[in-house]
Amino acid sequence: MGKKVALTGNEAAAHAIRQINPDVIAAFPITPSTPIPQTVAQFIADGEMDTELVTVESEHSAMSACIGAAAAGGRVMTATSANGYALMWEMLYIASGMRLPIVMAVVARALSSPLNIHGDHSDIMGGRDTGWIQLISENSQEAYDNIIQAVKIAENKNVMTPALVAQDGFNTSHTIEIWELEEDKKVKEFIGEYQPLYPMLNTDEPVTHGAWAPPNWYFEHKMNQLRGLLDAKDVVEKVGKEFGDVFGRHYGLYETYKLDDAEYVIVAAGSVCGTTKDVIDTLRENGVKAGLLKIRLFRPFPYKELADTLQSAKAIAVLDRVSPAGAQGGPLFTEIRSALYDTQTRAPIVNYTYGLGGRDTQPRHINSVFETLKRIVETGKVEKQFDCLNLRGEWR
Amino acid sequence: MALLNELAKKKEGLVSGHRLCPGCTHSVITRQVFAAADTDKYDIVVAAATGCFEVSSGLYPYTSWNVPWIHTAFENAASTISGVEAMYKVWKRKGKTNKDVRFIALASDGGTYDIGFQALSGAIERGHQFLYICNDNNAYQNTGNQRSSATPFGGSTTTSPNGKIKFGKEQPRKDIVSIIEGHHLPYVAQASPSNWRDLMNKVKKALDVNGPTYLNIIEPCTTGWGFPPHMAIDIAQLAVDTCVWPLYEVTNGKIVINYKPKKKLPVTEYLKPQKRFAHLFKKGNEYLIEEFQRQVDNHWEWLLKREECGIEYGTTKE
Repeated sequence: MGKKVALTGNEAAAHAIRQINPDVIAAFPITPSTPIPQTVAQFIADGEMDTELVTVESEHSAMSACIGAAAAGGRVMTATSANGYALMWEMLYIASGMRLPIVMAVVARALSSPLNIHGDHSDIMGGRDTGWIQLISENSQEAYDNIIQAVKIAENKNVMTPALVAQDGFNTSHTIEIWELEEDKKVKEFIGEYQPLYPMLNTDEPVTHGAWAPPNWYFEHKMNQLRGLLDAKDVVEKVGKEFGDVFGRHYGLYETYKLDDAEYVIVAAGSVCGTTKDVIDTLRENGVKAGLLKIRLFRPFPYKELADTLQSAKAIAVLDRVSPAGAQGGPLFTEIRSALYDTQTRAPIVNYTYGLGGRDTQPRHINSVFETLKRIVETGKVEKQFDCLNLRGEWR
Repeated sequence: MALLNELAKKKEGLVSGHRLCPGCTHSVITRQVFAAADTDKYDIVVAAATGCFEVSSGLYPYTSWNVPWIHTAFENAASTISGVEAMYKVWKRKGKTNKDVRFIALASDGGTYDIGFQALSGAIERGHQFLYICNDNNAYQNTGNQRSSATPFGGSTTTSPNGKIKFGKEQPRKDIVSIIEGHHLPYVAQASPSNWRDLMNKVKKALDVNGPTYLNIIEPCTTGWGFPPHMAIDIAQLAVDTCVWPLYEVTNGKIVINYKPKKKLPVTEYLKPQKRFAHLFKKGNEYLIEEFQRQVDNHWEWLLKREECGIEYGTTKE
């Protein structure tokens, strides 16, 4: 049996990593994910795990060493945030292109400038096309559960693709929550042994890793890689079910909250979903048919399944914790809106940017979103397709 | 050292069919490295930085490498090999291998002196077991001869070209060996494929150290430097005989100069056959050659004095 613990999201990630006990971790400290490698280093120092910890001099080297270690043949993990994730950028594409099932805990944080160490999704959303599987967690429990599942998903022979598990900087990473820590043995049984396909350290069968591909081969490589990433969708579902069967918490591609008959729907990812659920409970008590579609798997994006869940909605608001940066809306908005184009619904859909650089998002802000959705349905008019929550002054 | 005919029978780590330019010394150096390695005793695993050698030897669906080999990017051969070596420690500890494996990172000056310097410094400081070999061809040759911090004073490159009012690179080379030395690693040396016995001795010594080691090897580039393909080894020899490229090693801080030319040739002997220095011989540019000679002499004198001094680390008595 697992046990209830009161620990932070970072500690949840660190405990998952301790139980997974990867062969190699290469990591570099950056707020707010620093406590992950720190806690792991202490676990190693106390003999609670025997991972080889490579304390590199930068995140670029962290991901480079992870790639080297994974190609050498073994289970490899790391953790980072924001600018560190950005410094890895080049290597993120290389990790996925080389089909190395590295698992990374990302504590999502704002990118400079201005410098800001607090939570938002600028980092992971910027990296959404690096070819990694992206799982986004709402709270510590999910961060813990997702990291364990990510190992099994990434290492699946049809997938062989690196995976990141995001949690929100500070909102989750530095908040003490009560969550269930499973038994070490059961976690180890669940993830099983990893058998690398072409380990470099098998010197009897020398393999060339990372050859370059000219125009007559590059395209096929990238499309094979895409196949692996797309195949991850079914594996995420399968592993989520298996995880539930063993530990009692089932996971799908996404989570719905009072969505079945919902007329006013928010689509969001991360810790804001907790606040949103509370607001929905209150609205439901007052007879308002409010609901939430919570994104769990962002890459590969399960567009069909997500669009199908939104068919009862009369108006939809998508919350992005990142600036649209010149696009029609935030990445979640544009992808949800695009997914809906192939379905029957023509429900109005609006976009909010919220929580940038750790800006607080309170129930009253979520409530205002539902108020706007009601007004849109009542008047049949969308006044603003894009707006901001809790921004100083009005966005025009 | 083994006899030449014995060396010729050794298993090659790099095989023919690669696409290096005719007269390129990357392959010559690498074959000397593998000839030196005691491959009866241990296996070699290689990480390569992006560059001429990498693109010429690892082109999908072919490979010229007969040993496990990895390339990931330009600036990170040292951090990539760090990861490979870390995993090796795990395999050893968990009994997944009983093999003795030695690790080599290969890069050129761009990937070493410049963009890869941070990763190299970090990997040496962490003390991984690896030999880092910089095949120094004095510029970014893979992208077409752009200046690097290893480009010599006066050298004309495509980003430090000789022109109507400029004379090529205005700064002297970075003294990478001294910088690497500052990490106080057990063994660092400079070598040349022209003096192959010396190069091989250095490789063998370096591979026997259980920790980071560094070799700086001159890699004459026929296209970038502008000399006929058959002359690469001659150019390397001239670099050695003019003391442009001193052969020396530093073991625990103690320097030994491995080769002192009986007659130190003037730098013009080295500069003359290379197109990149042709402009230095134009009338009115004599002062540039004098400056080049001055820089070479200063460095050589400094090395001689250091050797004479004979100090090393770890000699303080209690």
